[in-house]
Amino acid sequence: MAFGQGRSGGRGKSSDKKGGDKKDGQRRPMFRRRKVCKFCADKIDDINYKDVKLLGPFVPERGKILPRRISGTCALHQRKLQVALKRARQIALIPYVTD
Amino acid sequence: MESRQYELVYILPPDTTEQQVAELHEQIAQIVARMNGQIEKNENWGRRRLAYEIGHHKEGVYVLDVINGSGELMKELDRRLKVMDQVVRHMIVRVDEEKKVIDRTRTKRQSESERRRVKRGLPPQRQPGEGRGASMEMEDEDDRFDGVEV
Repeated sequence: MAFGQGRSGGRGKSSDKKGGDKKDGQRRPMFRRRKVCKFCADKIDDINYKDVKLLGPFVPERGKILPRRISGTCALHQRKLQVALKRARQIALIPYVTD
Repeated sequence: MESRQYELVYILPPDTTEQQVAELHEQIAQIVARMNGQIEKNENWGRRRLAYEIGHHKEGVYVLDVINGSGELMKELDRRLKVMDQVVRHMIVRVDEEKKVIDRTRTKRQSESERRRVKRGLPPQRQPGEGRGASMEMEDEDDRFDGVEV
């Protein structure tokens, strides 16, 4: 149960400092880049539905909205992003679905 | 009554001529004028591909209007646009509140950074060539979704 929280923590990818566990074999040794909210990092205040270039990376091929757990967007910005994406869908700038 | 700001985007069929666009804009302008609104900005994005087909159209002419006016006006406009069959799709969004919030956060961030810089004994504005802005701008931004399956 030593790593019980490792799974659900989700965001703390940069790992913890204690690291005292010797039998850490099962854990992925792979380095995960720490996810940062794009909008916080680039200081983008205005998430606008007209800006397709900005929204593009958050719409994967299938047309769904990229979840926060993958994009690393913070809650505040994901909420704004979601509104913008849905508006952009309405006026056909972004697809609802693509098969 | 204080006036609100709205954005109106509408899509016309791809074979619409410049003149037809102008005519339609004239019609809208009339409605707006009659109900004491004003058009702040009019933008024609030209022909764009639609992300999905709307009424067998694959392309459309996008027009954006920024309108100051009352909710009643927008209601009327919405009703009219719904009836017009040369308008493929339209959307009205209220923007003034959001704009206010954006402005507020922007000024707040600015003053905050100036305050901190002064505290550190620096001039309030960022000097050219300072910090890590110049060398690594957009280096590793967009590759992080590569290979991601949802």
